[in-house]
Amino acid sequence: MSEGAGVEVKSTSAGAGVVKDSETSEAAGQKVVTPEYMFFEAPRERAFITGSEAAKEAIRRANVDVAISYPITPQSETMQQVGALWAEGYVKEYYRGEEEIGVMSAIAGSSRAGARSLTATAGPGLMRGMEVVASWPGGRMPIVLLIMCRVINAPLSIQPDNAELAYLINTGNIVFHAENQQDFFDYTLKAFIISERPEVTLPVAVAVDGFFVTHARGYVMMPSKDIKLPPRDPYHEAVPVMDNENPPARLSRDAPIQKSNFISYHVHASWQQEVWAAVERSRKYIDMYMGGLVEIVNPDADTIVIASGSAVSQSREAVRQAEEDLGERIGLIKVRSLRPFPTKELREACKNAKRIIVPEFNCVGWLYRDVAAALYGHSKAEIIPGPRVFGGISLPTEMILQYIFPDKKFIF
Amino acid sequence: MSMDNLKISPALEKYMTKEYRDLVERGPYGKQKKVSEMGTFKEIIEEHPMCAGCAMTLFIRLTMIGLPNPEHTILVGTAGCGRLALSQTSIPFIYGNYGDTNAVASGLKRGLEMRFPEQPKDVVVMAGDGGLADIGFSTVLHSWFRKEKFTTIMLDNEVYGNTGGQESGMTQRGAILKMAPKGKKYEKMDMLGLAKTANVPYIVRMTVTNPTRVASVVRKAVLIAREIGPTFIQAYTSCNIEYAIPTPKVIDDAKSLEAERYGFQEFISDEAKAFLESIEPKKAKATKSTEA
Repeated sequence: MSEGAGVEVKSTSAGAGVVKDSETSEAAGQKVVTPEYMFFEAPRERAFITGSEAAKEAIRRANVDVAISYPITPQSETMQQVGALWAEGYVKEYYRGEEEIGVMSAIAGSSRAGARSLTATAGPGLMRGMEVVASWPGGRMPIVLLIMCRVINAPLSIQPDNAELAYLINTGNIVFHAENQQDFFDYTLKAFIISERPEVTLPVAVAVDGFFVTHARGYVMMPSKDIKLPPRDPYHEAVPVMDNENPPARLSRDAPIQKSNFISYHVHASWQQEVWAAVERSRKYIDMYMGGLVEIVNPDADTIVIASGSAVSQSREAVRQAEEDLGERIGLIKVRSLRPFPTKELREACKNAKRIIVPEFNCVGWLYRDVAAALYGHSKAEIIPGPRVFGGISLPTEMILQYIFPDKKFIF
Repeated sequence: MSMDNLKISPALEKYMTKEYRDLVERGPYGKQKKVSEMGTFKEIIEEHPMCAGCAMTLFIRLTMIGLPNPEHTILVGTAGCGRLALSQTSIPFIYGNYGDTNAVASGLKRGLEMRFPEQPKDVVVMAGDGGLADIGFSTVLHSWFRKEKFTTIMLDNEVYGNTGGQESGMTQRGAILKMAPKGKKYEKMDMLGLAKTANVPYIVRMTVTNPTRVASVVRKAVLIAREIGPTFIQAYTSCNIEYAIPTPKVIDDAKSLEAERYGFQEFISDEAKAFLESIEPKKAKATKSTEA
C-alpha cells in the first residue's frame, strides 16, 4: 500500500457539471482512499449511535458491490439500513433473499463473480445458513458476514447469547468478536480489506452480541462519509473468479472432490490445510490494522480475566471495581480475533498468571475450551470455566468479581 | 472471455497438449457451432465419467453446442450425476452446496452484470430433478419470482441417480424405488405449471430424441434469459441404471415416453417472442410453428 497522503481521486464518469439528485451525487462524490488513510489518518468525529448504525456507517465507507438481506431479530435493522444505502447509491446491488440458505448461497455467487459482497444474520439465521457459510472458506471466497448473536436453542428466544459461534470458529472463516459500537464500525471496515488480501482470500465474520451492542448507543469515532475504501481487485486473489475471463482450461474452481479415492482424500486434506494456513496468514493484517489479536490490560497480574465481545466491557468494569474498591490489580485480555486464535499471545501473557477467569455469554463455554487448550502445558494457572450467562441474562460485574474473589461475598 | 485469453503464448506453444491446442484452434468459442457439425470441431465436453448409454450425458453435450456464447458462460450445478460431466467442461463450473443452485446463480449473475455492464455474461444452472424440485425448490421458485436473468435446466431422470436410486418429487406416481418401497403415493410435481405461475417467459419440456432441437432450445433459453427474464427447460434424461433400461434402448425409451407423457412443449411469452424476432427473424418464426 502507498505511503502517500492516501487520497486518490476516483475516476468517475459523472463530471463536475452533471446534476443529480442530492443523495445520489453524495454517494457518487465519495473519494477512494487507501485502507491506511481510512483506518489511521483520516480525521474522525464522534457520533453517539447504535451498533446497527455503526455497521451501516462502516458499510457506507466500504465500497460494497453486492449486499443481500434477510430479516431476523436483532439483525434486521442493519440490513434494512444497508438497503437505504443502496437506495442512496452507496451500495451497487441489493435485494431481500428468500431465506438464509438462499442468501448465503447468493452471496457466494456474487463473491465468485468478483464483487465485494456483504450480508448479515443472527442466531437461527446463521444456523440455517451454516451449511453454506461453512463452505465459503473452501471456495476461497472473500465475503464479510456480520453476525448479531442471539439464542439458537429452545425455548425460542430473541435474546443475546453467542452459542452460535461455537461451530463457526471451526469452519475456516476468520472470526472477529466486537466488544462495542466502535469495534463494530472498525472491525467491519477492516474485515473487507483483510478478507481480500491475496494470501488470505477468505470470508471474515464480524460477530457482536445482539441488543447489548446492536440496539444500544455508544460513542463511535468515524472518518468523514465522503471517503471510501478501494474497490475489490478480484484478479489479485488466491483463486480465479468465476467470470470466464480466464483461459479455457477445464476449470472447476472447487477442489475436484468428485470421487471416493485416495487422490480425492489428499486433495481435500491439503485444500483444508491451505485454508487454515490462510487463516494464520491473516495475523499479519490483524496486527497491522486492528492492533493485534488481543488487547492486554495489567499483564503482570496474578489473576487474569480473558473475554471476548460484550463480556469484555463487563470485565473491564469489574477490573476497575477490583482496583478502585478492593485495591487489587486484575489482568484483562480482550480477544479480538477468535480465528485466528491468539494462542501465542495468550501463552506469553499468561505465563505467570495464577488464576484465569473466562466469562461468557453462552452455556457451552467455547472460549473457555479454546483458552484451556491453548494454555495446557504452557501455564500453571488454574483456568476457571465461567461465569457464564445465557438466554439473554446480563452479566453483572459482581458476578465476575465473585469468580475473581471466591472468598468474598458479592450480591447480584 | 477476452479472445486474447484464448490464444496460447508463442513461447508455450510446444508445451501445450494437443487437446488444449484443439480447444483454442477448433473450439466453439466466438462462433456458434451446429449439431450437424459434430465431429468437425472440438467440443466443450469430451471425456466424462458417466455411465455407458446415459441420456443425460448426451443432453449435456448438446446443451454445450447450443450455448450462444460459451466463452462468456458460467455453469452452476449441485450434487447429482450431472455435475460429474459438467465439471469436465471447458467452461467455468460452480459446484456449490445442496439445493443452492438458483441462489448462487442469482448472486453470480447480478455480480457479473455489475462488473461487466457492456458484456453479457450468461449463467446456466444445470441440475437434477432432486436438486431443483426437492432440495432446491425454494431457491428455484424465488429466482423465478424475482425475475433473475438466467437459465435453469432440469436434468429430469425421475430419480436420485447419484445416491443410488431413491424416489424424488419428479418420480411418477406408483414407481417403486428406494425410499418408496410400496410405490410412490403421489403425483410427479408439476414444475412446468409452477414456472407458468411464476410467469417464466420461456418454458420447455423435452427429451433427447431431437438433437438439433435440444441445441436450438438451449440457445433460445439463454438469449431470452439474457434480456427478458428467467427461462426453464425440463428435460427427460433417463437413468438407464436405476430404471433398468438396456443401454441400446435408451433412445427408444425416450421416444416412447415422448409419445406417452413427455411430449415436446414450448411456452414463450409475447415479450420473449418479440425479442427473438428482433434478433433472429427466421428462427423466431420456427419457434412459433413448434409451439404446443
